[in-house]
Amino acid sequence: MATISVEGKDIEVDEEGYLVNLDEWFPAIASVMAEIDEVEMGDDHWDIINFLREYYEEYQIAPAVRVLTKAVAKKLGKEKGNSKYLYELFPYGPGKQACKFAGLPKPTGCV
Amino acid sequence: MSEGIKKFMFVNTKAPYGTVYALESLEVVLISAAFDQSVSLVFCDDGIFQIANNQNTEASGMKNFSPAYKALGDYDINKIYVETESLEERGLTLDNIMALTYEDEDDDWAEKSSIIPITRAELADLMDEQDVVISS
Repeated sequence: MATISVEGKDIEVDEEGYLVNLDEWFPAIASVMAEIDEVEMGDDHWDIINFLREYYEEYQIAPAVRVLTKAVAKKLGKEKGNSKYLYELFPYGPGKQACKFAGLPKPTGCV
Repeated sequence: MSEGIKKFMFVNTKAPYGTVYALESLEVVLISAAFDQSVSLVFCDDGIFQIANNQNTEASGMKNFSPAYKALGDYDINKIYVETESLEERGLTLDNIMALTYEDEDDDWAEKSSIIPITRAELADLMDEQDVVISS
């Protein structure tokens, strides 16, 4: 099993880089994953990551991109709830990459 | 109905925990919704318990995935049929079923119930109209 090192702790991740134990998540994990993927994290990224964690808390699933886009539009406004904006923040796909940083499982329906 | 869109009906007949059928079916439902198909769900027999209110799985050590059904509306799945005889046979009413809703795009995003009570006989007719019926 692969691990990444975050603040001196070894954190288990699967072959695609997703957290193995979802309960282990803390914000620095997202930062380290972002560094590995060469994404520079700003407030806009954290908005989405926090949003995803709240969504998972409520529904126990990682939303499909289409659902995420719609939900973000509703919560954070239309200028953020569109796939162009989300792809700029998370170039490998807002579903997959943002969920990974947020410590969520890979979204159902993402191939 | 335009070319290429098929009517899928997922029939859930088993209790939510103890077997993987309920969770696997839910995942297939969420995946199928991504392909812009017409998707409806049926809960009958012990499948009723999948969308029962106030589930608590603590003692079983299993994850309570019932909150995920609340997301179905966001996936544009808003036809959720609950068989009335199955409810009655288990001493349940619609009050014991989760209040699953969706927002109606054509009605200024008004929140509406996705739950549709249906009798066994009506359900048989409805199944006849489907292109694909998947039962688990």
